[in-house]
Amino acid sequence: MNAAKSFSSRLAGWLPRIVVAPSLLVVIVTVYLFILWTGVISFTSSKFVPVYDFVGLEQFVRLWATPRWHTAVANLFIFSALFLLLSTGIGLLMAILLDQNIRSEGFLRAVYLYPMALSFIVTGTAWKWIMNPGLGIQKVVNDLGWTGFTFDWITDPNMAIYTVVIAGVWQSSGFAMAIFLAGLRGIDNSVIKAAQIEGASLPLIYRQIIIPMLRPAMLSVIVLLSYIAIKSFDLVLALTNGGPGSATELPSTFMFSATFRRNQMGVGAASAIMMLMTVAAIIIPYLYSELRERNNG
Amino acid sequence: MANALSQQTQIGDALSQKNRMRLGRLFIYGPLAVMAVLYLMPLWVMVVTSLKPLDEIYGGSFIGPPQTVTLDAWRAAWSEACIGTECTGLKPYFVNSLLMVIPAVVLSTGIGAINGYILTKWRFPGANFVFGLLLFGCFLPYQAILIPMARTLGLLGLAGSIPGLVFVHVAYGICFTTLFFRNFFVSLPDELTKAAMVDGAGFFRIFWSVILPTSIPIIVVSCIWQFTQIWNDFLFGVSFTSGGNSPITVALNNIVNVTTGRKQYNVDMAAAMIAAIPTLLVYIIAGRYFVRGLTAGAVKG
Repeated sequence: MNAAKSFSSRLAGWLPRIVVAPSLLVVIVTVYLFILWTGVISFTSSKFVPVYDFVGLEQFVRLWATPRWHTAVANLFIFSALFLLLSTGIGLLMAILLDQNIRSEGFLRAVYLYPMALSFIVTGTAWKWIMNPGLGIQKVVNDLGWTGFTFDWITDPNMAIYTVVIAGVWQSSGFAMAIFLAGLRGIDNSVIKAAQIEGASLPLIYRQIIIPMLRPAMLSVIVLLSYIAIKSFDLVLALTNGGPGSATELPSTFMFSATFRRNQMGVGAASAIMMLMTVAAIIIPYLYSELRERNNG
Repeated sequence: MANALSQQTQIGDALSQKNRMRLGRLFIYGPLAVMAVLYLMPLWVMVVTSLKPLDEIYGGSFIGPPQTVTLDAWRAAWSEACIGTECTGLKPYFVNSLLMVIPAVVLSTGIGAINGYILTKWRFPGANFVFGLLLFGCFLPYQAILIPMARTLGLLGLAGSIPGLVFVHVAYGICFTTLFFRNFFVSLPDELTKAAMVDGAGFFRIFWSVILPTSIPIIVVSCIWQFTQIWNDFLFGVSFTSGGNSPITVALNNIVNVTTGRKQYNVDMAAAMIAAIPTLLVYIIAGRYFVRGLTAGAVKG
């Protein structure tokens, strides 16, 4: 009786761990073990199928000797920097405007947010069409009488990456707006009232009090947008397919074509490891601070 | 308009406080309206283009309303357009996506709910570490796991199949859903579960009759997020499936990237709309709850 009871209570004590174990196992295998596996492949001469011979850093050397990869890395920096800056800026501005007791707030919020529901493939398809110089914006403006107007960035190797920025910002700034808006709603009104009584002007109140108080929202926005930026594989594929030439290549599209189209699995794995290290450098400090704060709180 | 505004500013001092307020409102509503137009423009272009006959597209302006409205492009995109060598339209791929998204959303949300419950109400030593391990999965660049996953699906006999995709989406979805539910359950008072325990309720009973009924908002958030993520996924679809088993995003990309013949922009746009309608509907119907719930979790952290 006693033994049985202690067994069942011990079982009850272990039950949560037993229930969470399969998820943990799946994640350990599909995240951590697979990362390790990709890491191993990056040190082999794998081409079409994985082979497990150790060739040292050869694939990394080859990767960094590929001009296409340099384009991809440079593009990632241009794209991420502009995408983050513009999405955050526009999102914040719209959230502040929308927070001024707007009559049709619900409708406007839905309008700004709907692109987030779309697939990057859909967004890319739509923008590819809008920015097509022969049929899209350029033609409309030309037909209106301004015949010298050109907007052919999508076919211009020097400008094509900015078309990816435009489509990306269009898709994601509404999402940033939604998070900022929720942050603004969470701010205690009495702080603002007090500042107003002191005679501070509205822009000053925003700059000195409200925007600093949005720090947690800002952090969420930046982390989530960085994640979208590094993932933005489908957008490039649908919009420009990496072209013209390799003008809009990103690390994500580079990895995909190296691995699945050019049979250079080793180089593909090496590029994936480089991507992972970039993400880890951003995310791990963030996760660390988040989890530590929670422990203290 | 700018001129009118500056004039108004000049005489602004003479205006009453009320008029100045009105001017201020103009500065608020103006940019908001401009942004709304910019945001709606691509949707408008997609809809009108999909309703125009091809000759009108090549002859006219892309932004104007259609002179002749026709549903031919929609019909072609749904049941006639060629994807690779098969000219079946999007219909079978739409069905594929449905067969993939429904089990994947239900499973990942269910598992996330129970994980979140354990990680907040049944904390065990190392629970935080387990959470950290899961959380990193949210930010994983999937390129880092594509090759091993393709090999593993092959070994499991799931390569190129819908169940294979369901597995992949559940595996990486668990990370997000656990995060959502954990952040939500953290703010539920522990007294709730403690009281149920005193009454003799066990692990599953508490989950079922105490926790779940309170978590409708976060269940909605998790379902919407997972639904859009999985429906819109392209990378896993294109990497792990081929031919007739592809999800709709992959089929759409195939239709759009056809390079032979005169480009059927109206069919492309109708196809894009068809691929977008399910997630748009979800946002229109339940978007309000999504924003509320997601930001509560993400901002409070």
